Amino acid sequence: MPPLTRWFIRAALVYLVIALLCGILLAGGSLWGWSLTGVFPVYVHLFVVGWLTLMIFGVAYWMFPKYSRDRPRASEGIGWAVFVLINFGLVLRAISEPLAGAASPPLWGWLLAVAALLQWLAGVLFVVNTWGRIKER
Amino acid sequence: MPALSRWFIRASLVYLVLGLTLGGLLLANKGLGFYPALWRSLPAHIEFLFLGWMVQVVLGVAYWILPRLGGKAPRGIEWLAFLAFGLLNLGIWLSVAQAIFLVDGLALAGQIIESLGAVAFLVAVWQRVKPFGGSA
Repeated sequence: MPPLTRWFIRAALVYLVIALLCGILLAGGSLWGWSLTGVFPVYVHLFVVGWLTLMIFGVAYWMFPKYSRDRPRASEGIGWAVFVLINFGLVLRAISEPLAGAASPPLWGWLLAVAALLQWLAGVLFVVNTWGRIKER
Repeated sequence: MPALSRWFIRASLVYLVLGLTLGGLLLANKGLGFYPALWRSLPAHIEFLFLGWMVQVVLGVAYWILPRLGGKAPRGIEWLAFLAFGLLNLGIWLSVAQAIFLVDGLALAGQIIESLGAVAFLVAVWQRVKPFGGSA
């Protein structure tokens, strides 16, 4: 298992735990009437982006057919860029979405837009780096 | 990697880009509020990423790595698995079309067709869920 895959899978496991902690927060919030604007979408995306998508990215980087003998996993640099961008984007979203909902100064809205851009870029780069590995052998 | 897995996984990557593009626009719009009507694309964002990306990448990898059967059909009922691919994708676009064209019933038809696709895949590979070298 290449180092980048280990980073992806460890990060995915951490997001799973954080997502479930958010679930506790949401369940407590509905019980005790806390205002948790913006936490539910964060909870969902910690699951589907943080846990599921990072797990898929990590396993695909490891197991898909080799790109070439010299570059078995296509561009390692792009692979690392995907990891950094998606994590920065997701964490930025997780921080700024509840704050944008609660306080809504323009800064948090702009940070949400930056978070969107970082995650979009990560996905596009993953596709670019993986496409050439979808082959017979 | 067999041809059908390549179809499933390439399609899943296309849906990943489509779903992330809509998701990115939705999130940016949430922060900056530049085009409120974008919220109509939320069902398409969810459909592209759940069914289009996650389900299809998993089915593609499963079709590739599940233990093979002996005989002339090592990967199960191949035509049925191809049918599953067609039905799933038709269902995804019908479901998305309802959000775009606001025609009632398209999402229901899409969900039914997607379900039939899932059944087709289940039947196609059921025998392959077995120990390596063993029997189902």
